[in-house]
Amino acid sequence: MTIADMVAVLNAKVLVGGDKLDTPVYTACCSDLMSDVLAFVDEKTVLITGLTNPHVVRTSEMLDLKCLVFARGKIPTDDILQSADDQGLVVLATKLTAFSACGVLYEMGLRGVPVPVQWDQEDK
Amino acid sequence: MEPMYTGSYQVAKDDYTSAGHASADIKRQLKQIGVSGDVLRRVAVASYEVELNLVIHSLGGELTLNVYPDCVQLVSSDVGPGIPDLNMAMKEGYSTASEMARSMGFGAGMGLPNMKRNADDFNIESTVGVGTTITMGFHLR
Ligand SMILES: Nc1ncnc2c1ncn2[C@@H]1O[C@H](COP(=O)(O)OP(=O)(O)OP(=O)(O)O)[C@@H](O)[C@H]1O
Ligand SMILES: [Mg+2]
Repeated sequence: MTIADMVAVLNAKVLVGGDKLDTPVYTACCSDLMSDVLAFVDEKTVLITGLTNPHVVRTSEMLDLKCLVFARGKIPTDDILQSADDQGLVVLATKLTAFSACGVLYEMGLRGVPVPVQWDQEDK
Repeated sequence: MEPMYTGSYQVAKDDYTSAGHASADIKRQLKQIGVSGDVLRRVAVASYEVELNLVIHSLGGELTLNVYPDCVQLVSSDVGPGIPDLNMAMKEGYSTASEMARSMGFGAGMGLPNMKRNADDFNIESTVGVGTTITMGFHLR
């Protein structure tokens, strides 16, 4: 699956990075908590989020993410998009909610980034 | 030993607009020096977390990058307020972040544990009323 396939199923607007739609994607994560994303995501993946502040793009830059998807029709300001463009990120906007966007992407074959989680006292 | 490269960045309290610029620049400088891959990513993440902490929690401070032939060092030092209980602060989920910080996607209480996980060496010292100093080392090769 490529970012172009994501654009199709999300019926998405390509806000930035239209020249990189043939990039392959395998995994994604969905979060509005940038500190969680910074703590657990350690691969070049896709982030689906409802937050449109500059820190979403800066977090993506630190993690070398491939693609950002803004859910529920939200579109960040031009200066945020410009900094996404500067770092070579692909940015999409979809009218779907984050939940629905994740659902259709999962159906298409995208999977969650592997995150090791261990509860205390859990049988190994 | 003298570092091969040094860079210093002033980070102001509550400056959410510029927060992250120092870390972006640190990442850029390191890339230019030839640091890449896993180490670059770990330095970038730890740097961003520590920079955000300066903005969110400190009264202002300084972030310093030192590059040695075999290691990258990040030092964050601020002028207060200091951390009363370091054990508590190092726990995942402990946070005193403001509403403002939370609305920007921070305040999960993940930053300090995440720095410790990403750095090869991690040291934190804090005195209430004086300030906090965090030193992180990342081995090259
Ligand atoms: N430089 C600092 N000065 C004063 N207090 C600090 C400083 N850095 C961290 N703390 C304290 O330690 C707590 C834990 O920090 P940590 O970075 O782990 O979480 P957070 O910043 O609250 O949330 P997150 O990093 O997930 O966005 C903070 O909530 C704050 O109380
Ligand atoms: Mg933090």
